[in-house]
This record gives sequence, structure tokens and C-alpha cells, in this order.
Amino acid sequence: MSDILVEVKNLKQYFPVKVGFKKIPLKAVDDISFTIGRGETLGLVGESGCGKTTAGRSILRLYKPTGGEVIFDGEPVTDKNIMHMRKKMQMVFQDPYSSLDPRMTVEDIIGEPLDVHKLCSNKKERREKILDLMETVGLNAEHARRYAHEFSGGQRQRIGIARALAVNPEFIVCDEPVSALDVSIQAQVINMFEELQEKLGVAYLFIAHDLLVVHHISKRIAVMYLGKIVEIADSDELNEHPIHPYTESLLSAVPIPDPDVTRARHRIILEGDVPSPLKRPTGCPFRTRCRYATERCAEECPELTDRGGDHMVACWVK
Amino acid sequence: MSEKLLSVQDLHTSFFTDNGEVKAVNGVNFDLDRGEILGIVGESGSGKSVTAYSIMQILADTGRITGGRILFKGEDLSTWSEKKMQSFRGKNCSIIFQDPMTSLNPVFTIGNQMREAVVLHTNRRGKEADDRVEELLELVGINEPRKRMKQYPFEHSGGMRQRVMIAMALACEPDILIADEPTTALDVTIQAQILELIQSLQKKLGMAVILVTHDLGVIADMCDNIIVMYGGRICERGTAREIFYNPKHEYTKGLLRSIPNASNMKKKLVPIAGTPINMLNLPEGCAFCPRCDAAMKICLSEIPEEITINDDHKAACWMNVKAAYEEAKGNE
Repeated sequence: MSDILVEVKNLKQYFPVKVGFKKIPLKAVDDISFTIGRGETLGLVGESGCGKTTAGRSILRLYKPTGGEVIFDGEPVTDKNIMHMRKKMQMVFQDPYSSLDPRMTVEDIIGEPLDVHKLCSNKKERREKILDLMETVGLNAEHARRYAHEFSGGQRQRIGIARALAVNPEFIVCDEPVSALDVSIQAQVINMFEELQEKLGVAYLFIAHDLLVVHHISKRIAVMYLGKIVEIADSDELNEHPIHPYTESLLSAVPIPDPDVTRARHRIILEGDVPSPLKRPTGCPFRTRCRYATERCAEECPELTDRGGDHMVACWVK
Repeated sequence: MSEKLLSVQDLHTSFFTDNGEVKAVNGVNFDLDRGEILGIVGESGSGKSVTAYSIMQILADTGRITGGRILFKGEDLSTWSEKKMQSFRGKNCSIIFQDPMTSLNPVFTIGNQMREAVVLHTNRRGKEADDRVEELLELVGINEPRKRMKQYPFEHSGGMRQRVMIAMALACEPDILIADEPTTALDVTIQAQILELIQSLQKKLGMAVILVTHDLGVIADMCDNIIVMYGGRICERGTAREIFYNPKHEYTKGLLRSIPNASNMKKKLVPIAGTPINMLNLPEGCAFCPRCDAAMKICLSEIPEEITINDDHKAACWMNVKAAYEEAKGNE
């Protein structure tokens, strides 16, 4: 049994988009590779439209990947074994309002994966399991017969997490699980993710755009830009010594809740917006906004290379 | 002493819904000086946006200001006619909203919508108005303003649309700019651009800014003075340094503990227990007491008065009264 739980190899996810009469591929995720260890949290950050959510969904085969493969615990994930694989990998969605069926009771929402995978032999066992799960995520068991609309945002997110935990997964993709919540509730849910990991040893791919939250919860962080991973490193290392110019400016743009620190530091403000993935620049995707860009950046796309201590960066200049 | 630019005195705003009266703002007081950046921070439902809307008098149909006064340069806004209010909005006080997509009209061009603001509030017409629009778009850092004016909102990115909104708000060089969560819908790198823009425009034009947000990071970065709101009341106010380094209200303390920062990276966060209050039935005493760890008997029954901590700092929490009492006892 190796330490690596999920291995993503050259994953590509293209969507056909009609432009005039032509169909051209929108490269949402373009050749990304990384690994996640058992019980580890990998943070995935990037701006909207960089392909981080698509990456999470392709790994779970909610989309059929255009290329590349995902190896879970030594076994490639394919269409044939996906039913069996979903018992081991689950997802928590961003919006706790639209990801729960308003016509189902909490009991049915959490019980659905149990039914689909036939994990309970009788009704009594099913009910016990559901109440157990509700307790695990800090919901009152008396509320099992209520509907989703009767709960607050934080409680709904707990229902979503209980649903993901129902099949006893080893790996959960968390797609912006706290960004729809209030600050004081965010901390409750973040703590719960951390406690569940300690207790159940589950690994997370934690997708978010809030860098402070990702830094807090993750052991390692991957930074994405226009469908490519530009940097992966240990989370402290990445925050203290970012190498890629994009990571550097992303970190400097985060407002830190500390007036002295945030006003004293030098902010690198990027110009312009993220280019449309349909009009992706040649070579390095970041070169149009990069202050170090050279001719070489326009010609060739840099590969991720190790800069020591598992700090991988894709940049020609730095 | 010069007159305050804006003075909000004991403001009460309620919404009359089918489920009863929702007291969104309960007795809010603050002054705004010329050229000041004031931050109002709080969770959803804390009444921070409603306070801003009350100043502009753009509340929804069910909402009404039920008490208190809003003084602009010493004049009471509630006595003004709707027509006078219309010229106040835009000319004296402008607002930008959270979502730049829904606050622009999708069926008119950017130029068309901006011209409307210019024509309504200034004497410029025709080509002169167009020139002013071009000038404004340039001011907020939009390239090729002439070309952009002919485009529709959908042809602009989120950051660009927010720039257009800011340009529109600045059309008549207002004394006050209210920014209601101006960067919440934007990415961090774009957020940094917009915050920088607001800061530089504020310096250039010398206007006062009221920044309403839930993001403590943005507040720490931008504001001179901060107001922390919970349950429609002000719990604490003070300079940025006082609020962040010397918080005196249990809610502010809890809020600061619950966000990840450099010092608690490897530690567990300390969340605030419970859920935000239901505004339909506010507790009798302090609004925060059902979630407060330090709640005492008095917190349940009586609303705490605002107590002066020092010149730059006031807080409304019974804990401070207790601390002062104990200190006095110790001195005896």
C-alpha cells in the first residue's frame, strides 16, 4: 500500500464551443498532473475561470475527461468501474442552496448514497447510519425529517458533507465549500473538515479562491492559471517563498486582516483581466500579464520543474 | 468646528413583511468627515447595507425609516422632497453595488447609461456630455473609452463593469461615495485593482467613502475608521488599529479569532458558536448574547450602552463595564 491515494496524470478537459460555424475546443483543464497522499489535503487555488472546479469534476468523472487518466489507489478510474469508485471518492459542492433537493428530507438526502450503493440491508440499519452521520457533522438528529430549506447556510453545508461521508469515502473533492458562508460560520465548517480528517483519515482536494482559508487547511497548495498548474508546493513554503510571478502577485493581492501588515507590504497589482480560455496566449498562459515576460515565454509553454524540496514551478524566467 | 459632512443620528429602519416587522437597523449613530474612509463591517443581516440604503433613501417598498435623523451638511434629509433627494443622489452622494452585472442595464450601451447620469445632474448635453463620459472612463482606467462607450455591459468583464459603475458614480464628483461590497463578486487580483482605484480616486477628488463589506482584510487595508455592526446595532467603533489590535467587544474579538491569519495558521480556528440572529425576534438585551461565551445576566435583559474606551475607540459591551468596575474595586 503506497502513500499516494490519487494520482492525476496529464488530465485534459476540453469543451467544444461553437464560434461562428466552427467548433473549437475550450481548454478548461489543459494537461495537469499532481498527486494527493492518504489523509492529505491539497489546496487548489486560482481565479474564476481558471479551471479549478472543472479539474475537480473531471477527477470524479462527472465530466468525461478528454485525455489523461486518474489513478485511484493504484487502479485507473474508468467508465466501467466508476460505480465502484464513487464509493471511495465523493464531492461537496459550493452552493449549499442548489446542491440539496428541496423536495427531499435530510434523511433522504443523506440516505440516497446508501441506497444507490446498497450499503444497508434494512431500514433500521439505514436510519441508524443516517443519525450517526448527522451526529458526526454536528447536526441535531431530531431534524432528520426536516427539509433543506429549514436550515441555515452553514447547516446545509453540513448536510452536504454528511451526504459525501455516507459511503465512507477515502477522498473528497471540496469545491469552494465555505465561500457561500458568513465569516463566523466559515470557521465552524473549516474546523469540521479538519476534525473529520483527523478522525476518518480522509484526503481532500480543497478548491477555493480564498488563499488564507486554503493556506490554513492545506498541507500542499497548487496554483492554477488558465487551465494549467503553474506552481505546487508545501503551503508554508508557497506562502513564504512564492516563485511563479502569478503566485507572487496573487499572494500580494490578498487583503490581510491586520492593518499594519497589510499597509506596509508591497502590492503587485496585475494589469488587465484573465484572457478568455478561447483566446489563450501562445506559450506561457500568464505572459500577457507578467512583468518578467520574455520572447521565450511567447514561444514555448514552460513545464513544471522541481526547484528543490518538492517545490514545482512552471516558469522560464524565475 | 466645521460642520460634519454627514451625520447619522439614532437611525432606525424597519421592513414591514408578512411575518411582522423586521428591525434591520436599531439606533445607529455615526459622523462622516470630509475625505474620510469609513468602513462598516458585519455579517449578512447585520444591517450594514440597510444603513447605507437608508442614507440614500433607496429602501425597498416595504422598508421605512422609523426614527432618527440623517443630516447632510447640517440639513435633515427626511424633510427633503423626493425631487431634492433625486439631485442629492448622484450629485452629493453616490453608491456602487456589489454585483456590477445586475446594476447595469443589459440592453443599453455603456455610453448611453453613463450619459444619462451626466445629463441628469449637469448642464452638459450632446457632444459635451460624451466628452465628459470619455473623461470619466479614462479616470477609472478604461482603455479606449470611445470604443468602450459603444459596447454593451456583457462585452465587459466583472472588473471592467465595476470600473464603469465607479465612473458613473463619480459623474458629478459627489462628496460621499458609498461602496456596498464593491469587490465581493470579483477575483482577488481584480479586487486589488478596484481597491487601489477607489483609494487613488478618493485622494484625488477628496471625497468621503463609506465602505460596506464583510471582508476584514479589505477593511484593514482601506479604512481610517471602522464600525462593527451586529443585529442592526453598532457594537464597536474606532480607528483601524484600535479595532484590530485592541478589540473590546466580544463579537469583534470572536470575529478576529475566527478568520485564518498568519498567527493561527497551524492552530485550530476558534469559531463563534451558533448562527446569526433572526432579525424577526431580536433578543431583549445585547443582540450578540445568545452566541457570546462571556454573556452575563445583564446581557440578556439590557442593551449595553456605548462606552468610551479611549479617544479613538468606543464599544457597546457589558464586559467593559464589568472590567471598569473591577478595576475601580481593585484600586480601592
